[in-house]
Amino acid sequence: MGVSTALNDAGPDKEVMAEALHREVSDKGFLVTSTADVINWARTGSLHWMTFGLACCAIEMIHTSMPRYDLERFGTAPRASPRQSDMMVVAGTLTNKMAPALRKVYDQMPEPRYVLSMGSCANGGGYYHYSYSVVRGVDRIVPVDVYVPGCPPTAEALLYGILQMQRKIRRVGTITR
Amino acid sequence: MDEALKVLGEHIASRRPDCVANWRVELDQLTIEAAPASIIGLVEFLKSDGTCRFTHLIDITAVDHPERERRFTVVYHFLSMHQNQRVRVRAAVREDESIASLTGLFPNANWYEREVFDMFGVLFTGHPDLRRILTDYGFRGHPLRKDFPTTGYVELRYDDAQKRVVYEPVKLVHDYRQYDYLSPWEGAKYVLPGDEKGEEAK
Repeated sequence: MGVSTALNDAGPDKEVMAEALHREVSDKGFLVTSTADVINWARTGSLHWMTFGLACCAIEMIHTSMPRYDLERFGTAPRASPRQSDMMVVAGTLTNKMAPALRKVYDQMPEPRYVLSMGSCANGGGYYHYSYSVVRGVDRIVPVDVYVPGCPPTAEALLYGILQMQRKIRRVGTITR
Repeated sequence: MDEALKVLGEHIASRRPDCVANWRVELDQLTIEAAPASIIGLVEFLKSDGTCRFTHLIDITAVDHPERERRFTVVYHFLSMHQNQRVRVRAAVREDESIASLTGLFPNANWYEREVFDMFGVLFTGHPDLRRILTDYGFRGHPLRKDFPTTGYVELRYDDAQKRVVYEPVKLVHDYRQYDYLSPWEGAKYVLPGDEKGEEAK
């Protein structure tokens, strides 16, 4: 089974891969892999995201999970509770008043947890960088894994960001984080 | 449209001459300059009088004019569903002066007045619960005053040692920029195309 590591590559032949897997299962009745691979596969395959919609970016976040882009086909699900989520999408302007609440929600998420910062305001204050009431970037409050630029980013951009997040989880690939 | 507003303005000014300092119709809108001391009486009249019946308080806001003696202009907007008319009432107050609250007449004035207090520091006497509504807990200053620095006084960051969000004096990585679209670093001395007409008009 050939595995390609190139960036812009068509990737391995899905048909051949599926055939090989099928042969192995029908021959032996089981598959052999490493625990880390399985855990990473499970993690990337079921990213439950804490929806932290703060402003207009939240609308694009909603678009991403609606039928046209259908984020849930990647196994994700929007969660309203931090206790059940793996990833937080900070979508929008984080104000000073909201910052302690954001940190509290982040602290309540179970490990491993990931943060995706969506839009200019969340990335670095954006339009409100010089404002008296806006945090100049979510990374002042919580560690951020992926930044999605845009004002607001399109639904495609967020989708790409979430795929990059999956890729990062796969690449970092450790069970303890 | 203008005629009806003029009739209305004349009616209000003739019935309550003690409250109305001045009135005018501009851009199809009736504006009444009121004395801050008699604002309650005027609003009560606007609400109850048969030809006015301004039963809806649409908005309360304020304008800051630091150069004026009466620094703040509190602006009220009313709507009459019965007459299909709107009216704007303006009252100028000094910085050390307070203005009567409208919460007794319009319950929705409560939050509008809290907002004006939060943003400008105008005090409303008789308000049941005059605290800040929008800005951060423990916020210092009134952001929409002209002498308030845009960047404020404090900024936030999470402190790993204290395990909480801490406030620090504001420290910008680079200077505040004047966005004039010519020089990114300092204000340019030029007149925007179209602005010279405004100068002539003055």
